[in-house]
Amino acid sequence: MYPSRFRYEAPSTVAEAVAMLAAADGEAKILAGGQSLIPMMKLRFAAPAMIVDINGIGGLDYHRSDPDGTYRIGALCRHADLEKSAALADAQPTIAAAAPVVADPLVRTRGTLVGSVCHADPQGDWASVMVSLEGAIVAQGPNGRRSIQVADLIDGPFQTVLAPDEIAVEAVIPAARGARAGGYLKLERRVGDFATVGVAVSVEMSGGSVARAGIGLTAVGPATINASDAAAALVGTALDSDAVDAAAQLAAEAAQPRSDHRGSADYKRHVVATFVRRIGAQIQRSEQEAA
Amino acid sequence: MALDEIKIGGLGASRRRVEDNRFIRGKGNYIDDIALPWMLHMEILRSPLAHARIRSIDVSAAWAIPGVRMVLTGDMLAARNLAWMPTLSYDTQAVLATDKVRFQGQEVACVVADDPYIAKDGCEAIVVDYEPLPPIVNPSQAKAPGAPLIRDDKTGQDSNVVFDWEVGDREGTDRAFAQADVVSTIDMHYPRSHPSPIEACGSIADFNRATSKLTVYMTTQAPHIIRAAVALVAELPEHMIRIVSPDLGGGFGNKVPVYPGYVVSILASILLECPVKWIEDKSGNLISTGFGRDIYLKGEMALRNDGRILGVRMHTDSDHGAFFSDAQPSKFKIGLMHSAFSCYDVPAAHLTAQGVYTNKAPGGVAYRCSFRVTEAMYFQERMVQAAAADLGMDQAEFRRINLVRDDDFPHRTPWGFLTDSGQYGKCLDLGLEAIGYEDFLRQKEEARQRGRLLGIGISTMTEPLGAGNSREYDILGIKMFDSAELKVHMTGKALLRTGAKTQGQGHETTWAQIVAHELGIPAEDVLVEEGDTDTAPFGMGTYASRSTPVAGAAVAMVSRKIRAKARKIAAHLLEVSEEDVEWELGRFSVRGAPDRGVTIQECAIAAYSNMPDGMEPGLENNAYYDPPNLTWPFACYIATVEVDPETGVWDVLRVVAVDDCGVRINPMIVEGQIMGGLTEAYAMANMQFITFDEDGNCIGSNYMDYLLPTAWETPGFELHEVVTPCPHHPIGAKGIGECATVGGPAAFVNAVIDAIGDTGVRNIDMPLLPDRVHEAITQGHDVSGAPPVRTEP
Ligand SMILES: Cc1cc2nc3c(=O)[nH]c(=O)nc-3n(C[C@H](O)[C@H](O)[C@H](O)COP(=O)(O)OP(=O)(O)OC[C@H]3O[C@@H](n4cnc5c(N)ncnc54)[C@H](O)[C@@H]3O)c2cc1C
Repeated sequence: MYPSRFRYEAPSTVAEAVAMLAAADGEAKILAGGQSLIPMMKLRFAAPAMIVDINGIGGLDYHRSDPDGTYRIGALCRHADLEKSAALADAQPTIAAAAPVVADPLVRTRGTLVGSVCHADPQGDWASVMVSLEGAIVAQGPNGRRSIQVADLIDGPFQTVLAPDEIAVEAVIPAARGARAGGYLKLERRVGDFATVGVAVSVEMSGGSVARAGIGLTAVGPATINASDAAAALVGTALDSDAVDAAAQLAAEAAQPRSDHRGSADYKRHVVATFVRRIGAQIQRSEQEAA
Repeated sequence: MALDEIKIGGLGASRRRVEDNRFIRGKGNYIDDIALPWMLHMEILRSPLAHARIRSIDVSAAWAIPGVRMVLTGDMLAARNLAWMPTLSYDTQAVLATDKVRFQGQEVACVVADDPYIAKDGCEAIVVDYEPLPPIVNPSQAKAPGAPLIRDDKTGQDSNVVFDWEVGDREGTDRAFAQADVVSTIDMHYPRSHPSPIEACGSIADFNRATSKLTVYMTTQAPHIIRAAVALVAELPEHMIRIVSPDLGGGFGNKVPVYPGYVVSILASILLECPVKWIEDKSGNLISTGFGRDIYLKGEMALRNDGRILGVRMHTDSDHGAFFSDAQPSKFKIGLMHSAFSCYDVPAAHLTAQGVYTNKAPGGVAYRCSFRVTEAMYFQERMVQAAAADLGMDQAEFRRINLVRDDDFPHRTPWGFLTDSGQYGKCLDLGLEAIGYEDFLRQKEEARQRGRLLGIGISTMTEPLGAGNSREYDILGIKMFDSAELKVHMTGKALLRTGAKTQGQGHETTWAQIVAHELGIPAEDVLVEEGDTDTAPFGMGTYASRSTPVAGAAVAMVSRKIRAKARKIAAHLLEVSEEDVEWELGRFSVRGAPDRGVTIQECAIAAYSNMPDGMEPGLENNAYYDPPNLTWPFACYIATVEVDPETGVWDVLRVVAVDDCGVRINPMIVEGQIMGGLTEAYAMANMQFITFDEDGNCIGSNYMDYLLPTAWETPGFELHEVVTPCPHHPIGAKGIGECATVGGPAAFVNAVIDAIGDTGVRNIDMPLLPDRVHEAITQGHDVSGAPPVRTEP
C-alpha cells in the first residue's frame, strides 16, 4: 500500500489554496479528512501529483445556524462533530440520524461532510442527506464564490461539476418552511460498511401537512439519486400511510440498483420502499407524540 | 507448607498474559518491525486476470527506474529450477508464473528496490501481455465437458479433477438406508472464507555469503517445517538455515503454507547478497494466500421413526483453486471431514469426495480448525436440524437421543476414529437450561402470532484436535510429534522452549503455568521462547489446536524429567534414599519428617554446586511427545435470533456456549479463545465470504468487501463449562483453540432457519446476508450463495 510520488502543500488560507490548485493545472487534489483520498492513493487508484492539505486553514470547522435558520457546515467540520452535537438533533434531524451510521468511529473523527459530498461516491451517505434537504455547496475559485445545489453538483460516479481550481468551502441547507422532521436508514452489513441501500427522507411540516419534502437514495444507482417524484408525492399530505406508500413506491422506481454480492436489484428496490415507509412511520409517531 | 498453586500461577490460574505487556505498549517485534542494515524491499506484481496465457513480460522500464535493484520473473526462476515449488499436498505450485496465470492475484513478477515505494513503481512499469482464457470458478464448471484444462502444465492431468476419494462402509450404509423409515437430505455450500490475520505475511531473507548462512525472518506458524522445506527445495544445508518466526499478528492457519513471496525474497537475497524484505499488503493476503472451506456438501441421513440415526451418506465437492496446496497433516484427501457425526451414535456411514482445480487462489488451509473439521461439523449440525424437522421432532430431543452416552467410551465413530471421553448429555442440558429453552419456545410461539420471527439454533459437536498420533498424521513424512526443552538455572529460574509457535494463543503464559504445576517454580520465573529454529527444539508448529495437546504435553513431560533428577538431588541433600523422598508442589521432604525438606530452587542450585557423586551437573532436559490419540473436546452452542421479515436482517438475541475442553490451564485464556472463535463463527454465518464473478474476479479482495465483525455488532457470549479430563494427556487437557469457530456457525444458521421454519426452507448458504434470508422468506425456496455471484451491468 504505497502511493505514487506526490508533492505536499499545506496552505493557511483558502485563497492560497485556490492559487495552488490553479497553478497545478488539474494535477492537484484537496486533502480534507483523507478518509477517501488516502485509501485511493494507497491503492494507486488515484495518483495526484500534488496534495493540497486544507486542514491548516482556520475557521472552516464550524456547523451553525444563521438567525434566519439557514444551516452552514464548514469544509473541516468532521462527521464526529455532527454526530456529537446536541443542537443538531432538533435543528437537522436527518443529519443527526445519518451521522452515527456513516463509516465507523475512527473514520468519523477525520472525515468531513463536505469532503464526502465532493467525493461523490454513489455509496456515500452525506450526498443523499444533502439532496433530501435541498442543500448546496459553496465553492470558491479564482473568480470568487458560487453556490451549487448538491443535486446538480454530482454528475456521475465520483464526478462533480467543481472546477479543478475550486474548493468547496461550506455546505448550506436552506431555512425550513415549517417544522423539520426526517430520518436516515441504512442497510449495512456491519459498522463501517458502506450502504447496501441508504434512504434519506426530510420533510418540513406546516399546519399538519407537508410543506416541503426531499428524498435522497444512497448506493442504488451510478450516483446519488434525488427521488424528486417520490418526494413530491408527500407534499401537501399529512404524511398518512397512503401518501407514504405512494412515495415509497415511487422511490423504489427511482432507484437504479444493480444486482451484486450484496443483493439483487429487486431486493434493493424493496428495501428502498421499506425504508421510506419506516421513516414515514417514525415521523408520524413522533408527530403524534409531540401533539 | 505446600505452595498455593493458584498463587504461583499454576494450573487453573487466570494469569494475565505476559506477552500483552509488550503488545499493548507497542513493543512487540513483528516482521515489519525488523530492519537490517542494507536491507532492500520487494513487491509483487500480481495477475489482474483469473486465467490467461502469458504472451510476454517486458521488464525493461522497471529496470530503468533509479533505485530498482532487481526484477524477477518466472523465466528467471525457471533457469534455476525454482519456477515451481512442491506443495504440502504433493502437488506443485507456480512461484512466479511462466506459462499461464491461473487465478486473479497470482504472482507474476517481483521487483526489489531501495524502498517499497520504488519497488511498487517498478511493478507498475512492467508490461505483461496476456491472452485471456475462459475462467472456471466452481466445481460444476470445472467438470463440465469441454472445460478448459487449468493444469496443462502437469503431464497426465487430462481433467480438472484433483482427486477422488472415499472412506467408510458402503454396503453397511446401503443396508442402513434400506431399513430407514425416513430419509432426510440436505445440499449446501460452505463458502470460501479467509483466516485474514490482522498482520499479513512477510519475510526478510538475509543470506550472508561470508558465512554461507541463510537467516529468514518469516511469518510462519511452523518454522521447523519451513527449515526442512528450504533445505530440500533450495538444496541448502539444513544447519546453515535459520528460520525465525517473530511475534505473529495472528495466523489462524494462514501462516502454515509456503508462499511465493517467501521463496522469491530468499532467492533475491542470495543473488543480491543483502537482506530482502517482503511485506505483503492486506489485499495481497486476501486474494492469494491460504483460504478456508469452499466446499459443496450433499448428505442423506437414514432415520427411524423413533428418532434414531441409522446411517449417513455424505458427498463433498471441494474447490482447491489453481494448485492443490491444502496445508493439512493427515493422509486423508479431504482432511478430517469424516470426523462428522463423531458425537452421535451412528452405526454406518460412507463418504465420497472429489476435489477440483478452479481459477481461484490455491492454498486451502484449516482456517482455525483441524483440516475440514469446520465443514464436517457444520454439515453435521445442519443435517441434524433438517432430520429433526423431517421427523417432526424437537431438535434438542433428537440430539439427546443420538448423542453418545457417558458410559459408552471409548467409542468407535462410524468412520473409525476413537473418541475417549465426554459428558455430552450434561453439556446439552446445561446449555438448554442456560438459554431457558422451554421458555424461549413459548416466546417464539407468542411472537409468531404477532408476526415476529424468533428462532433458536443448537450445535453440539466433538472434534478431533491435536494432530496427531504418528500412525496417521505427518507432513511430508515427518511425524506430528512436538517438543519442549527446559533449562532450570541455578537460581531456580527457568527457560522453556518448545517446537510450537504462538500467534496469539498465549503460550508464553500458559506453558509457564504447566511448569509451575509440575515443578512448583512460580510461572513468573519461567521464560518461554518459541519460533527460532537455531534455539527451539524441533517441532511441528502451531495449528489444528495442537499446541496444548502435543507441545503442552511435552512441557509436562520435560518438567517431570527435571523433577525426577531434582528428586535424586533432594535425596542427596536430605541424606536419605530416593524412596524416602516425598514430593509436594515445589518441595521435597523426608517421608515421616515433613519439616525436613528442600525446595525445587535449592535442588536447582545444588545441581550446579553440590550434586551427588557420579551425577551429571545441570538441571536441563528435553522431551519429544508423540500423542497416543487426538483429543476430543465437546461443545454445545445455542443461539437465539430475531429475523426482520421485511428486510431479512437478523439480530442475535443471545448466545450460550458450553465447552468441555478437559482441564483448563488458564481459564481466562480459554474463554478468550472461545469468544474469539464465536466471533469468527458469527462472521462466517452473517457477513463473510470470498466469492467470484463470471470473469473470475475475486469479490472480497479488501476489507470493505470481506468483512470482519467489530465490537459493535458482535453479540455477547455467555460461557459455561464442563470438565471431563482427557484420559491420555498428561494434565488432562484437550484442545480448545478452534471449537467455537468449528461448532459456532451452525448454531447461528440453525437459529435463522428455525425462525423462518414456516416457509419450509431447509437451507440458506452462508453468509446469511439479508437479501438471501429475504428471498427465502418471500419465495419459500432454499437459497444458494455459490459463485459466480449474480452481477448486472
Ligand atoms: C473504513 C471506511 C469506511 C467508510 N464508510 C463510509 C460510509 O459508510 N459512508 C460514507 O458516506 N462514507 C464512508 N467512508 C468515507 C468517509 O466518509 C470519507 O470521510 C468521506 O467520503 C470523504 O471525506 P474526507 O473529508 O475524508 O475527504 P478526503 O478523503 O480528504 O477527500 C475526498 C475527495 O474529495 C475531495 N475534497 C475533499 N474536500 C474537498 C473540498 N473542500 N473541496 C473540494 N474537494 C474536496 C478530495 O480532493 C478528494 O477527491 C468510509 C471511509 C473509510 C476509510
